[in-house]
Amino acid sequence: MFHNVKELLEITEKRNIPISEVMIEQEMEIHNRTREEVIAQMDRNLTVMEQAVERGIKEQVKSVSGLTGGAGKKLYEYIQTNDTLAGPLLLDAVAKAMATNEVNAAMGTICATPTAGSAGVVPGVLFSLKEKLKPEREDMLRFLFTSGAFGFVVANNASISGAAGGCQAEVGSAAGMAAAAAVEMAGGTPKQSAEAMAITLKNMLGLVCDPVAGLVEVPCVKRNAAGASNAIVSADLALAGIESRIPADEVIDAMYRIGQTMPSALRETAEGGLAATPTGRRLQKEIFGDKPR
Amino acid sequence: MKFRSVFDIIGPVMVGPSSSHTAGAARIGLVARHLFQTEPERADIHLYGSFAKTYQGHGTDVALVGGILGFDTHDTRIPEAIKLAEERGIKVTFIEEEDEHDHPNTVKIRLGKGKEQMELMGISIGGGKVEVKELNGFKLRLSGNHPAILVVHNDRYGAIASVSALLAENEINIGHMEVSRKDKGKEALMVIEVDQNVDEELLAEIGTLASIEKVTKIHD
Repeated sequence: MFHNVKELLEITEKRNIPISEVMIEQEMEIHNRTREEVIAQMDRNLTVMEQAVERGIKEQVKSVSGLTGGAGKKLYEYIQTNDTLAGPLLLDAVAKAMATNEVNAAMGTICATPTAGSAGVVPGVLFSLKEKLKPEREDMLRFLFTSGAFGFVVANNASISGAAGGCQAEVGSAAGMAAAAAVEMAGGTPKQSAEAMAITLKNMLGLVCDPVAGLVEVPCVKRNAAGASNAIVSADLALAGIESRIPADEVIDAMYRIGQTMPSALRETAEGGLAATPTGRRLQKEIFGDKPR
Repeated sequence: MKFRSVFDIIGPVMVGPSSSHTAGAARIGLVARHLFQTEPERADIHLYGSFAKTYQGHGTDVALVGGILGFDTHDTRIPEAIKLAEERGIKVTFIEEEDEHDHPNTVKIRLGKGKEQMELMGISIGGGKVEVKELNGFKLRLSGNHPAILVVHNDRYGAIASVSALLAENEINIGHMEVSRKDKGKEALMVIEVDQNVDEELLAEIGTLASIEKVTKIHD
């Protein structure tokens, strides 16, 4: 079993296999399952992601609170008819990331990656690359296994919970996972995947979890947009041969320590940050009334 | 290594909006339901910490009740679970507690049917993963690193041997085991951490052994 990014890379080098393959084989071994069973389960997860993206960009979804819904669809339509500043691929990823998170906020069905609040980033990046790289279904599944391998390291060495480590632990982790997988899908090396992960997570360090009214909506939907775009930019940096001065494992450790020192008001308690702004407070009151929370 | 599977990271498939507050809550409810084995008439749900503060917006309430009704994290009936419980004649009560527990996402569920009663305390640790900390007043010390099965049984000779023999027969290795009892000859609990996955068929078989009351697994 690999415990950190360094060990993961050592296995890929020693055996000359991609990161996704290391993850698949580890899953088979630890859980005593066949390759077919492992692949089939990931295939079902991929289908759920695909359906959530489709729903979010086509349907006018709306959350129970009314705070979010329709942004993914609006951006998706804007890309089709406008000459955008950021370019179609980046914005396609952003639209699909927001769409997924809006479906989540509407209590729709999603696949947590690694959490529900950050569930838009990985599918957003994956389905935008699908348009450009035209991967086979198997390659798309490999994207998810590679994402999972990096998420596995973060979850075991730091945290993937906003309540424990802030948004950096959720959207930050998701973005790092997506960046690493994007590199593999684009033909980069395992080392480049690790660099992309390190660069992405570095740029999301310190991000707090300050949801308005405690709901997984504001700013979560747009944080997923930031995570997806950050992932694609970092993947390109790594593919260009740019390296992170701080190795991935140390960035993950820094993320953990930052989370540990983050005040509780900024860790999913709806007591600080955006939740504590006048507008944040007003929205909370409109949704829940005067009941102290 | 708390997280052991790629599907802890890419997954679970779930109804939104929160993996810890919705999917985790549903899973704790579902563990309670599996242990209780039958549909309860009453469910008293005590919420602590972040669960107490944000349960309505996160659908923690409907998810817990959905789990108690036997729904998995991806069951699209979860948003309607409280209404469905009402229709099935289950009296559900939510209590927002002020006390702080070690973990911000803590819930205590008390299920009852006639004279039968069961109490479980669980926590949701992120990404939909959950841990059961207490069952009927028994403190559980699970590492969370391995799959675990819980066996509620009567404190009689041979009960422990029969369970471990059956596990051995199925080539399942026990990594850690604890046995506790309320009183000599009374209700007792085995907590068994194993190295391999225990499938539903084997769980059911354990349930048929002499002196065994209830059996469930905590996580894969």
